[in-house]
Amino acid sequence: MSNKNSNSYIIIYTCILTIACGTILYLAASFLKPAQDANIELDRKKKILSTIIKLDKTWTPAKVEETYNSRVKGYVVDFSGKVLENVNVETVNIDAEYKKPAKERQYPVYEITSESNPNETEFYVIAGSGKGLWDKISAFISLKNDLATINGIVFSHKAETPGLGARITDDEAVYSRYAGKTIFEGENIAPIVMKKGEGNDYSNDPHAVDGMSGATKTAIGVNDMLADYLTAYESFIKSKKSKI
Amino acid sequence: MSTSTATQTEVKPKSESLFSKKNRKLLTDPLDGNNPITVQVLGICSALAVTVQMEPAFWMSVALTFVTAFSNLIISLLRNTIPSRIRIIVQLSIVSLFVILVDQILKAYVYDISKTLSVFVGLIITNCIVMGRLEAYAMANKPLPSFIDGLGNGLGYGLILMIVAFFRELLGSGSVFGFKVFEAAGIPFIGNGVMMIPAGACIVVGLLIWAQRARNGYTEAE
Repeated sequence: MSNKNSNSYIIIYTCILTIACGTILYLAASFLKPAQDANIELDRKKKILSTIIKLDKTWTPAKVEETYNSRVKGYVVDFSGKVLENVNVETVNIDAEYKKPAKERQYPVYEITSESNPNETEFYVIAGSGKGLWDKISAFISLKNDLATINGIVFSHKAETPGLGARITDDEAVYSRYAGKTIFEGENIAPIVMKKGEGNDYSNDPHAVDGMSGATKTAIGVNDMLADYLTAYESFIKSKKSKI
Repeated sequence: MSTSTATQTEVKPKSESLFSKKNRKLLTDPLDGNNPITVQVLGICSALAVTVQMEPAFWMSVALTFVTAFSNLIISLLRNTIPSRIRIIVQLSIVSLFVILVDQILKAYVYDISKTLSVFVGLIITNCIVMGRLEAYAMANKPLPSFIDGLGNGLGYGLILMIVAFFRELLGSGSVFGFKVFEAAGIPFIGNGVMMIPAGACIVVGLLIWAQRARNGYTEAE
């Protein structure tokens, strides 16, 4: 074993190295998991609230929790719009659901009550997931209580190009373009489309928003995601709409 | 593995104090005269990507300094046991170990920052500065100087990152560490779009290299 370049030495060396590294990472991962899960959960709540309120630095985790718990009620629906009573909305992973066929997915819905009247639903938040240019993207979309007008939209992405496609999450000028657009054309769902090219005025078109220069592929991903999920939520939205 | 340590051959058996001139030089050299970004032009990718704002740049610097310092230390401790045929793989495993640890810690304690840095923390694994220091220094030197060398190079990288991020955030978004300075001073401000995109970092890094070379009287070898 004294020969460092012998095959047996190398094999034993790599085995020990692998086991040592693996053990350290396993211990670190299991130790840090609760804190990470709490962060992910808080992030989800923040995103849902961000579709209706601009969260600035005064929004401490405690304030987010408090507002979420007092105003947001989540439940899960299926493709036909039926509420799935025995599924906990907190456990639904929209990215994992996206991989299933549309008719088999579970769709989370969050109703946000009015600040002044806790019995009145002011916004309906639906979720979406899809593919961006490099990796997955997802969104929370809040609809006003007419269930047709978009109030706000919050995107997240994993690896879109910083400064280009990543603008869907960090550039307010981009995601605020969706506010006020409508998802209905007569009786049917009409998804919002982000157009190619930037700097055009679509304020008169209720179904189109201005594009992102240099991020056409990300925009295509966003368009596909919205088309996919607005269609998937169609039954739910229509049945809710018929009751108001 | 205890048998292999017997074959250890130390080049410099004399012990040195922590703040000896040589050790101090190890720490300060990479800050200026031998800076990994502006002189060796390594680690440019992340320097362009995470310098739009100062806060992510700061955490990126901390992450990289941690990784270079500790992987240098561990590789230096192991240097006499590492079979030369697989030394790059061993180095990579150690670097990956620390990078994953940093990534997990950021996710657990500064989640928003870890989202901003996204893939770039993972990409420290392939950062030339880390591998460069392991191969060039830690494989042939004692643990303490190696640790200091890693620390110095991490700080040298961090220094440039912070300078670049300062200019990009100031000129691009009119703020320093998220504090709107122009707004606070009551000066009307229009953000410079170039500073928001990676090209802005290229320009700032270029100007920095120019300023540094002019000051240090550097000339390109003929």
